[in-house]
Amino acid sequence: MPLVDIRDVRKSYGAVEVLKGVSLDIAQGDVAAIIGRSGSGKSTLLRCINGLETYQSGSICVDGVEVAGEKTNLRELRRNVGMVFQQFNLFPHLTAAQNVTLAPKVVNKTGETQAMDLAKEMLAKVGLSDKAGNYPSQLSGGQQQRVAIARALAMRPKVLLCDEITSALDPELVNEVLRVVERLAKEGITLILVTHEMRFARDVGTKLVFMHAGKAHEEGPPKALFDAPRTPELRQFIGAPA
Amino acid sequence: MSDFTFWVIFSNLLLALRWTIALSLVAFVCGGAVGLLMLFARVSKIGWLEALTRGYIEFFQGTPLLMQLFLLFFGLALFGLEVSPWLAATLALTLWTSAFISEIWRGCVESISRGQWEASSSLAMTYIEQMRYVILPQALRIAVAPTVGFSVQVVKGTALASVIGFVELTKAGTMLNNATFRPFLVYSLVALMYFALCFPLSFFAKKLEGRLNAAR
Ligand SMILES: Nc1ncnc2c1ncn2[C@@H]1O[C@H](COP(=O)(O)OP(=O)(O)O)[C@@H](O)[C@H]1O
Ligand SMILES: [Mg+2]
Repeated sequence: MPLVDIRDVRKSYGAVEVLKGVSLDIAQGDVAAIIGRSGSGKSTLLRCINGLETYQSGSICVDGVEVAGEKTNLRELRRNVGMVFQQFNLFPHLTAAQNVTLAPKVVNKTGETQAMDLAKEMLAKVGLSDKAGNYPSQLSGGQQQRVAIARALAMRPKVLLCDEITSALDPELVNEVLRVVERLAKEGITLILVTHEMRFARDVGTKLVFMHAGKAHEEGPPKALFDAPRTPELRQFIGAPA
Repeated sequence: MSDFTFWVIFSNLLLALRWTIALSLVAFVCGGAVGLLMLFARVSKIGWLEALTRGYIEFFQGTPLLMQLFLLFFGLALFGLEVSPWLAATLALTLWTSAFISEIWRGCVESISRGQWEASSSLAMTYIEQMRYVILPQALRIAVAPTVGFSVQVVKGTALASVIGFVELTKAGTMLNNATFRPFLVYSLVALMYFALCFPLSFFAKKLEGRLNAAR
């Protein structure tokens, strides 16, 4: 059974249908890179997976639990689904370590000493052991985004959603974040990333999804798809010769 | 005939000033507490609760404080409830304060970006937890300056309690004037005392505001 199973999901904002029947499955350990034009529904799809948005029909199951199910405990579901945002969204009134430990303490009732160990472990994972006591405003964009990744990982999610997490960064800061994500991928964490970093999608992804006009227009192994896109839309998007 | 000297007037006004301060403090603290409840109701996303609080706030913001005092003082008497001027004044000022202060605070809560809600939602926090650990701590920082600023309005609002016979600074001034016929002296002193109360508050509020803007 796939870890994330998306079946014919439709979502509209008012009269505008943004997702027009998306189907996709993501297995344990997959690194799924979602690419596509701005406005093709990538963010919306990602946000449906952890219940930040609702959808009108179809189904999304995470680890066998239907996101929009009547009896679904959204809190339980979100413990299994981490998310990292384009704009970091760190808590500005908390230090890096406190950002990491807030949810474990509040949601999982992790004790103080355990939480401190957790902060150490997670910040080390993103290479920021020396920034534990810094506030977000004292960190560079790349460092902030790495703290945001550590914060999401601290809940030990089964799948991590990343929505264009390097798009708000200065070009010279992109790589430090991508390297962290690559390391996570190697550790076997299931990742779903919306990205414009084509090289990264090709080299690190185990699966490529091209979103177009509200649908998963084409999907497959990244290298094969980049080398030989089947549809004209993908061919045009990646600028491959026809 | 007794001879009211400057010092007699001054000392009597000072004694009455205590009641202005007491009424301001009680109204501000109780108004703040009720205002906090109103704030939670107002941003609860529970339809009827929001509508109810909106009605409450509209009423207290949309009618003069003086009318609210009269309504409480004389209105309750109609129902056979004897309320002392102190109780009526405290109640009216508390309700009035809560309406304004909850709106000030709501503005602060709503100025916290949507990303903060989404990040904390994604971390599986409940609405109450989000408020408690993420939104309110940030909103609070923003709220300090306008809240201190509003306390000036509360102090000045207490003057209206004089019309229902509560002896605070303004009422004491009126009584002393009736006895001494020295209105300019009496009301100058009354004004000075209000100013001595309010100026430090508004000065402090301005300073806080400046510091917060500088920190951004
Ligand atoms: N909250 C919203 N209300 C109305 N329309 C929205 C909202 N969010 C996104 N949309 C629209 O949905 C479409 C898909 O948006 P999005 O999922 O953000 O695309 P992408 O992430 O691929 O750029 C866009 O046309 C966008 O304007
Ligand atoms: Mg997007």
